[in-house]
Amino acid sequence: MNLLLVAVVLLFVSGTLALVAGGFPALSKVLGAGGSVAGCALGLVAAVGALTRASTEALGYNWDVPYGSFSVALDPLSAWFVLPICGICGLSAIYGAKYLDAYAERKSRGAHWFFFNLLAASMLMVITARNGVLFLVAWEVMSLASYFLVVFDDDDEGVLEAGRTYLIATHLGTAFLLGFFIVLGQRAGSLDFAAIAAAGPPDAATAGLLFLLALVGFGTKAGLMPLHVWLPEAHPVAPSHVSAVMSAVMVKVGIYGLVRALILLPPAPARWGGLLIGIGIVSGILGVLFALAQHDLKRLLAYHTVENIGIITLGLGLGLLGVSFRAPLVAVLGVSGALFHVLNHAMFKGLLFLGAGAVAHATGTRDLDLLGGLSKRMPWVAGAFLVGAVAIVGLPPLNGFASEFLIYLGAFGGEELSDPGQAVPCLLVIPALALMGGLAAVCFTKVVGVVFLGEPRSEQAAGAHRPGLLMSLPMLVLAAGCLLCGIAPQGVVVLLVPVVSQVVRMDLATFSAQVENAMVPLRWISLVASVLIGLALALAVLRKVLLSGREVATSGTWGCGYTRPTARMQYTSSSFAQPTILFFMPLFRIRQTLIAPEGLFPQRAAFSMETSDPAKELLYLPAFRWVGRLLAGLRWLQRGHLHIYILYIGVTLVALLIWYVEIHIP
Amino acid sequence: MDIGSFVPLVLALTVAPLFVGVINRTKAVFAGRVGPPLFQIYYDLRKLLGKGAVYSRTTTWVFRAGPIISLSAVLVAATIIPFGSWAAPLRFPGDLVLFVYLLGLARVFTVLAALDTGSSFEGMGASREVLYSALAEPALILGLAAIARKTNSLSLSEMHQGLGSLWAESGLVPVLVVVALIVVLLTENSRIPVDDPNTHLELTMIHEVMVLDHGGPDFAFIMYAAALKLWVLGTLSVDMLLPARSGVVLVDAVVALAGMFGLAALVGIVESTMARLRLNRVPQLLVGATMISALALVLVYGEAIK
Repeated sequence: MNLLLVAVVLLFVSGTLALVAGGFPALSKVLGAGGSVAGCALGLVAAVGALTRASTEALGYNWDVPYGSFSVALDPLSAWFVLPICGICGLSAIYGAKYLDAYAERKSRGAHWFFFNLLAASMLMVITARNGVLFLVAWEVMSLASYFLVVFDDDDEGVLEAGRTYLIATHLGTAFLLGFFIVLGQRAGSLDFAAIAAAGPPDAATAGLLFLLALVGFGTKAGLMPLHVWLPEAHPVAPSHVSAVMSAVMVKVGIYGLVRALILLPPAPARWGGLLIGIGIVSGILGVLFALAQHDLKRLLAYHTVENIGIITLGLGLGLLGVSFRAPLVAVLGVSGALFHVLNHAMFKGLLFLGAGAVAHATGTRDLDLLGGLSKRMPWVAGAFLVGAVAIVGLPPLNGFASEFLIYLGAFGGEELSDPGQAVPCLLVIPALALMGGLAAVCFTKVVGVVFLGEPRSEQAAGAHRPGLLMSLPMLVLAAGCLLCGIAPQGVVVLLVPVVSQVVRMDLATFSAQVENAMVPLRWISLVASVLIGLALALAVLRKVLLSGREVATSGTWGCGYTRPTARMQYTSSSFAQPTILFFMPLFRIRQTLIAPEGLFPQRAAFSMETSDPAKELLYLPAFRWVGRLLAGLRWLQRGHLHIYILYIGVTLVALLIWYVEIHIP
Repeated sequence: MDIGSFVPLVLALTVAPLFVGVINRTKAVFAGRVGPPLFQIYYDLRKLLGKGAVYSRTTTWVFRAGPIISLSAVLVAATIIPFGSWAAPLRFPGDLVLFVYLLGLARVFTVLAALDTGSSFEGMGASREVLYSALAEPALILGLAAIARKTNSLSLSEMHQGLGSLWAESGLVPVLVVVALIVVLLTENSRIPVDDPNTHLELTMIHEVMVLDHGGPDFAFIMYAAALKLWVLGTLSVDMLLPARSGVVLVDAVVALAGMFGLAALVGIVESTMARLRLNRVPQLLVGATMISALALVLVYGEAIK
């Protein structure tokens, strides 16, 4: 625990120093990025230590804030979330050090490093806080720091607009969390988590209310449908290493909050699990479908985060169902699959965002239809991105398969769920996961194919260059991580055991028997992954032997008789996705503009397709308009004179005083 | 691990190309032609393995990795398949999920290799392939889930052992699952009514158009992987249809082999008597198959309530 606090302090101090040294960009960069890497490395050491010892270390100090206390703890659950936070923040800092050089002339990077390190530190504080006030303060610092990182490129009106959307959404979420902690604290008389746990379980209705508050509050940060609207706006416009941190780990802080809330609340009734599964399925399928319709590389990746958060949520819901149906295997598999996916998604989504950043950095565009042929121009980035893509689709031998496999096993339920009423919600997960996997394959074959393969579709893409070592290295490390967790998933799941035992609340004997049950198939998966890689290598050698001494020629791609193909004739991202989008048409709101070719010698023809998010258009915009109309009536209060505002404050204070006197002095 | 469990793998590796030969022969008979020899695919493979290669200037290592990774994935999938009364060499709870995802891996790399050529024809085939297989996947996995639930096991080899009693208890469930599996088989292997393996119009094809630019040993790998994939998916349906276990290992093997060639003939008959569906009808067929699988699963639980 002490080590982790040192890491937090180190992050904060180095960030502040980088801000102070803002006038000397080189020094500021070394201080900011270096401090971030050092702090994150310390955090990783602390987390791995806590996980292997399976221990909980707590510290507590008094704090003058009402109901507040500086109580922090590092238990296995917290330590598990420290892993992705520190891993991704550290690697992104290395990447960012080079990436931000492109902004050297226009922007002060000192402030950026301050907020970047503050974001990492505040996430660590959220994860370790054991007091409601401390938690909310850290949460708020996290939200604000990330807001300032999002609006880094503030010359662009679109960026500011996205930042505003994010700021509003995150505070709406925080409002629900405030409600959550107030209701909890009311019963316990204290906001310390230990006191809340000691106060005993609330009645069913209160518990249900608390669960819903936590679900909306944390779900907003995690980006669950339909609370996700801010996510595809804010994540793409941030600098790419910040997008990686936000999409790969900050959304997971929302998942952490949800899991922590579930531990604080009484054992979940079945309908909570069912609700989580339902939300998970909707987020997963719609997330990947909307991703498919995007033309902006980073926006597409952001929608994929919604999908993966859906997978994590449905795994969690499956675990809750397992607990409430007394089906220990389902519980263990669901929860461990979900938590394993937290780590896996952090790795491949971090990798993909860094890769997307390298593409944007090299070509100056994120528009899929302007890219192409980058595999030849930046081979290492293409290779790493391909690894990330195969991992996110959930294919063996990479890590995404291992965690989805655990969730599948849980969903089948085995002999534990013989009652149809119990089995059906679990079984729904199976076709949903299969469909998500299939659609993710559509989406990522499109991305890899259109961005990295074929011929460049524009001059920017043709002139792309390799990123430097500082930008490539983090991607290669993450790709290696994806491979390693895919080849040896059992080694990672062992670390998860104490975490899962915290969440499922089972006696140790049943628990360890079920963990052993879960480990058997994982060892097989590990074997298969190695065999698969070995076979591919053997076949490559075989082909090399076969072709040695024979003629290996190069020529143009076969144009089916057409001899003058151009790069513009290639399939584009829109045309590749079109059959799938047409099939799921009722779920989209599509605007098409078509200028059809006319006459014998047509001059101009154009076609474009825009897909908007129905949650935003049908839910939020009308709701905000309604609120806007409602509050327009209060506009006369706003006079624009300072002394009137001071008067308001004075009147409010007097009113509060009178109210206080009325209540407390008989 | 016993030696017998390797028989299904060896059979798959050696007999799979013959399965395609039987389909082609059936089609020839229907068309009143003599047709190519039954072992034509073996000759083709030998010829292709002996050739050099031509690669497009546009392509990268992804194009060359495609056939290799696809074949590796299908080879591993073939180790999960039981045959006759033999269990598979690779069997563990959940291997059916691995099976489905290995086929997915093979497909993703075929598609990527196609996109690597920069050809719009291959892009077209790839774009259709990914949609159809995304819709076929739920049908396949739900059908397997119904059988898994009924036989209380998550391993294809164990499910295979429990199939005999399944027919006796509830005949409708395996019938529905077989129907769904055959639709998946035809889709995944690009046969009529989903795709026509014979057509020479690039615009109408799915699988064949994706591999237009491959040649030499690469194309041999692709042909072999396609034959193996047809075989492994075929064994799933035949297993379901002929679950009788006589106790004599050889008799079971002969029955299963006869079943496989019967299935090949059936595919040939379908191909000779039906036209290809319009492209926008194919998803409806696949959603139909998913519904049939779901119905099978509902029936399994309906019986549990009784």
